[in-house]
Amino acid sequence: MWKWLHPYAKTERAYGLCSTLLPWFTVVAVSALLTGTIWGLVFAPADYQQGDSFRIIYIHVPAAMLSMSTYVAMAVAALVGIVWQWRTAYMTMIAMAPVGAVMTFIALFTGAAWGKPMWGAWWVWDARLTSELILLFLYIGVIALYGAFDDKQQAGKAAGVMALVGVINVPIIHFSVEWWNTLHQGATITKFDKPSIAPEMLWPLLLNILGLAAFIGALTCVRLKTEILRRESQRPWVLKLVAGDKESDNAV
Amino acid sequence: MQFESFSDFLAMGGYGLYVWLSFGVAGISLALLAGISRWERKRLVQAIGQEQHRRARIQAARQHQPKAAQPARNEELS
Repeated sequence: MWKWLHPYAKTERAYGLCSTLLPWFTVVAVSALLTGTIWGLVFAPADYQQGDSFRIIYIHVPAAMLSMSTYVAMAVAALVGIVWQWRTAYMTMIAMAPVGAVMTFIALFTGAAWGKPMWGAWWVWDARLTSELILLFLYIGVIALYGAFDDKQQAGKAAGVMALVGVINVPIIHFSVEWWNTLHQGATITKFDKPSIAPEMLWPLLLNILGLAAFIGALTCVRLKTEILRRESQRPWVLKLVAGDKESDNAV
Repeated sequence: MQFESFSDFLAMGGYGLYVWLSFGVAGISLALLAGISRWERKRLVQAIGQEQHRRARIQAARQHQPKAAQPARNEELS
């Protein structure tokens, strides 16, 4: 009986947790992203070497940093799923994968649009760029592998193993600028020394990092809720919830 | 304020194309991701609701004519 009751309580609780967190994530994401972006685009001073093109930093760096953080979070979810056989963990993993893939795409695209005026090329086969591209393929691989199985528990296991193996790429991306002689510049914020960026440029950047992180959190909540409903569509609590949703829709 | 005028702001010191391309594509990607995620959820809730309705109708038909097995099936097809 416990075996049946335990996961039943868990998905419902996870669903409730997502519903509670969602409005907070949304508020933080919208306010921080709006403030940070306007501050960065209009009020931050231009760079003495790169002029106004440096303003791409306000979307490029948050997206790139968070594409790696999201991958680590996804891999932790996969580990929990594999070790404790936790269905909700696999659902969290697959809820995060498309979000992380979009972050990686944004990091690569804005990097190309920044590289063109500064390096004179949209793309170079540099260690940082190539390892980030591999990250995108890892995300796509996890999504595709999950979609290839009809039994979603099996799918979670297979995609989870792939996500775990791919973690090795994250430190490679981070240290690629030190290990190899690359065109990409070194770390500015994530190092033990003081950040080598002026405070009036740093603040909007930190705001955008916070905002994008909250955005990822909000989207993970929305997608996890959908995934739970899809997998649990026969459960009484889901049926009750859907019926309630309909009534409130009709009322409006 | 770092810019003299609005056109100055759009020009971004000659880097306008690259800056606005970056922010534009990033904004569109984020908006698409959010939109698709919400749409998927809405569609799923609708599908579950429809399935529930269908089952309720089948059950209602069965209770109306408990002796005949066929009507329930007709109800399902209609």
